[in-house]
Parts: sequence; structure tokens; C-alpha cells
Amino acid sequence: MKGYDFLYFFREGVKSIFSHGFMSFAAVSVILACLLIIGSFTLLSMNIDMIVSEAESSTEIIAFVDEKLSLSEARSIGSRINRIENVANSIFVTRDQAFEEYTEELGEDSYLLEGLEDEPILRHRYRIFIEDVSLTEETSNKIYSIPGIARVNPSLEISQAIVNFKNILSAVTYILAAILVGVSVFIISNTVKLTTFDRRDEIAIMKMVGATNAFIRWPFVFEGFILGTLGGSLAFGAQWLIYNYTVDKISVGQTLINLVDFQTIAVPMLVLFIIAGFIVGIGGSVLTIRKFMKV
Amino acid sequence: MVRFSGVHLTYGNGTKAIKGIDFRVDDGEFIFLIGPSGSGKSTIVKLITGELRPTHGRVIVNGFNVGSLRQSVIPKLRRTVGVIFQDFRLIEKKTVYENVEFAMRVIGADRRNIKERVPVILDLVGLSHKKNRFPHELSGGEQQRVAIARALINNPRTIIADEPTGNLDPVRSKEIIYLLEKINSLGTTVITVTHERDIVNSLSKRVIAIDGGRIISDQIGGYFAL
Ligand SMILES: Nc1ncnc2c1ncn2[C@@H]1O[C@H](COP(=O)(O)OP(=O)(O)OP(=O)(O)O)[C@@H](O)[C@H]1O
Ligand SMILES: [Mg+2]
Repeated sequence: MKGYDFLYFFREGVKSIFSHGFMSFAAVSVILACLLIIGSFTLLSMNIDMIVSEAESSTEIIAFVDEKLSLSEARSIGSRINRIENVANSIFVTRDQAFEEYTEELGEDSYLLEGLEDEPILRHRYRIFIEDVSLTEETSNKIYSIPGIARVNPSLEISQAIVNFKNILSAVTYILAAILVGVSVFIISNTVKLTTFDRRDEIAIMKMVGATNAFIRWPFVFEGFILGTLGGSLAFGAQWLIYNYTVDKISVGQTLINLVDFQTIAVPMLVLFIIAGFIVGIGGSVLTIRKFMKV
Repeated sequence: MVRFSGVHLTYGNGTKAIKGIDFRVDDGEFIFLIGPSGSGKSTIVKLITGELRPTHGRVIVNGFNVGSLRQSVIPKLRRTVGVIFQDFRLIEKKTVYENVEFAMRVIGADRRNIKERVPVILDLVGLSHKKNRFPHELSGGEQQRVAIARALINNPRTIIADEPTGNLDPVRSKEIIYLLEKINSLGTTVITVTHERDIVNSLSKRVIAIDGGRIISDQIGGYFAL
């Protein structure tokens, strides 16, 4: 047995793609469509995740310091707060600063506070930012247990909403991904089955004249490789165009929402799409021709 | 050389197609295998090509013991046996030349050998002038010649033809049998399954007659010698 003529396998693979033009087109389209759906959904959830993280990092716990403590005593609590697990950082706000902020917030109604500048109506406080919003309650309890902290005002509703939203998002992601993977495997295996179906005769002839199984497989492997890689690359290109188009539409006239820049994920996405196409293409053809090999 | 000793074959559904067969075909022989429909002729062909394994007994083909052959060795056996069928089994999308070349390519022959050998074999079967035609542009007899060329291309020791003339008119049939005789005269063992009384009778060859999965006669002469 001579060494394999890979150029021959490759050429046979290409020839077969063109001679089964419609099925090849169908296979590429299915791979493209599935990758595009999965890719679009991934981009969507990345964006949602980014927006949620921004919301997350701006939720804060306010811890009020007991008014009996002096300013320097109040300040010294800061290091204990920072030592608590899950606390990202904290900002100390003096009574006077809080008063100023409050005045600003009230705007035209600030006259209500006139004359109260020297009254101890407000307390020194800490604005505390945490890492994991789902642990808000636990963390605020820990903060409350520090001596000198009189009251803790965790924005529990907001953090609960964020946590719920993230849970729903990840559940939806998993369910949708599972459905899509199932659907794509089903469609691709059927496509490949149809493509190989009308080659049963060809395979039977190869077996009849004494071709080895490995030899019979190679042209199909190349065919699957070409179709899969083509589907993956086209899906990447389409994803790029569609995403940038959508981002342009959304961003027109507003700068509030920060969206994921395609450039930052282009390389990993291209690699993943091509690998996915490659695996689906080669896997699909190898699995399917196995059935026809048992002659 | 093909040798059957005490061969039985029972299909998966319980059909006993071969019920104890012994015969031996030496290198260089030309034999006819005849018998009524369902007598087991095609089953014998499949036992020779390794498509089936005997349920009992031994089938030896060109030194390979078909009954105990590992799956990976079956291609080696098949390279020693060229097979021809009633329905030609050509690839419609390939030309005459490509159909023949294909059989050589897929066993890993190198390009120079292919270029040298394909024209020689096409010449032998008389199809050099139609090498760029597609199967549907040929007559039945010509298509069968392509199939014969394909069976011969890898220089097998044995050619086995299962009713090669079943789809052809009497004149074409004779031409195909003469071609097989010519191939035999060049040194290849030829086993031909056929129903053609006239042809069998007109040639004084060894004839093995099968009925109901058993050999009922094995002698030189015609169909009516039974
Ligand atoms: N794959 C199979 N499964 C079960 N039984 C089979 C199978 N192939 C053939 N048979 C049976 O085995 C017996 C022998 O069949 P075989 O094909 O060898 O006959 P044959 O002599 O070639 O007939 P014909 O002249 O019609 O081609 C028949 O009874 C047939 O029905
Ligand atoms: Mg038969």
C-alpha cells in the first residue's frame, strides 16, 4: 500500500461538494444558522451581563455611625469594614458632607434645611460597595455587628432584583443553548445522512475493489471539513455585520448604554466558530459514513 | 485458487441457502456456475468476496481463510478478486476512464501506475475510443465492459461474474463471455454465474450445477449434461 494521496482526497471532497450542490448548500446554511443563533444569543447575554454588572457595582450599602462616636472614632471603623469579606471598598462621608449632599439633592427645597447646619440631624456614614450582590443581606449583618455602627441601610430590593434577573438570564441561557445544540445536531446529522445516502453505491464499489475503511473515509472527512469550516467562517462574518449594524441602530442618539465592542471578542469568536464548524462537519460525516462501512 | 469444504450458510432469518458444498477451482480455470433461481449461486459469490462468512466449513480464496479473516484484512482479499454484476454498478457521474481509474485510486495506487495501466485495460475491453463517455451514453454491453475493466484494473487472480449477461441481448452476451474467456486465457481464473444455456452449451467448459444449496453436478460440458 502506497502513502495516501491527500491531494486526491481533497479534490474528491471538493468535487463531491459541487456534485451535491444543494445538500452542500443546505449543510453550510444549517451550520451558519445555528452558529449565528448561538453567537447572537451569546452577544446578547454578554451585553446584558455588562449592563447588569454596571448596575451591580453602583448599588451600595449605607452604614450609619452611632452619633456618640467622635469623628476620629467614626473614621477608624473604616478599616474594620474594609476587612469584611465581600466588601469591595468603602467611602467615609462626614455629617457635614452628607448635609451638603442632601442640600444639593433638595435643590429649590433646600430652604427646609436652613438653620439646621449645626444641629446633629445627620450621622456620619459609610457608603459601602460590595463584590457579590447576592450576599448583600449577609454582608450588611456583618457590618451591623461592628461596634459603633448604629444602623445599616442595604438597598435590598435593588440587589434582590439584580440577583433574580441574573438567575433568570443564566437559566434562559442554559435552556436555549441546550435546545439549540439539540436542534443543530439533529438537523446536521440529517443533512449529512442525506448527503451520504446517494453515495452508498460509491462506497459499496470502493469496498468491493478492496479499499480500506480509512481510505474510504478520507474524502468524506475533507468534505465535512470544508463545509464545516466554510459554515463557521461565514457565520463569523455574518455575525460581525449583524452585530455592528444592530449596535449602530441602538447607539444612535444615546450614549447611556455601554455595549460590548465586537473587536474585543472577534478573535475568540472566530476561533470558536471555526472549531465548532470543523467538529460538526467532520464529526457529522464520520459518524454518518460509519453506517455505510459495514459491507 | 478457490476451495469450499463442507460449507453451510444460514442467513440471519434462518434461510439455509448453502447446505454442504465442496469444490475447488484451481488457478487458471474457467468455470460456469449454474442453477435455478434461489439455488444459492449469489450466496456462493458473496462467500468468495468475504461479504458473507460460512456458518460451517471452510472457504479459502487465494490463500485467505474467509471464515476467520479479520475485518482489516478483508480489503487484501478483495484486491485478489475482481467482481462483475448483472447491473454493472458503475458510477453515473464518472466517465468510463474515471470509473476504471477510481478502482485503482481507492486502493492507493500511485498516479504514474494509474496513467500507464488504465489505457491498457480499456484497450483490452475495446473501449479506448469511448473513454470520455458517461455510462448513460453507452449500450448495456459497453457498460458491462467498463465493469469488466474495473474488475481487472488491479490485476486480480480471480474474476467472479454474477450473471454478467443477465441484462444483455444474446449477441452482446456472447461478446461478454468471449471477453471473459480472453481474460482467462491471459491467466486469470474466471468463475461465471449464468443462466445462458446456449452459451454454456456452446463452450466446453467445466460446469458446476447447484440446486437447493447443494452441488448436483460438476463436470465438463453443457447445461443439459446434468
Ligand atoms: N440476505 C438474505 N437474507 C435471507 N435470505 C436470503 C438472502 N439472500 C438470499 N437469500 C435466500 O437464500 C437463497 C439463495 O439465494 P441466492 O441469492 O444465493 O440465489 P441465486 O441462486 O443467486 O438466485 P438468482 O438466480 O435468482 O440470482 C434463496 O432462498 C434466497 O431467498
Ligand atoms: Mg443471484
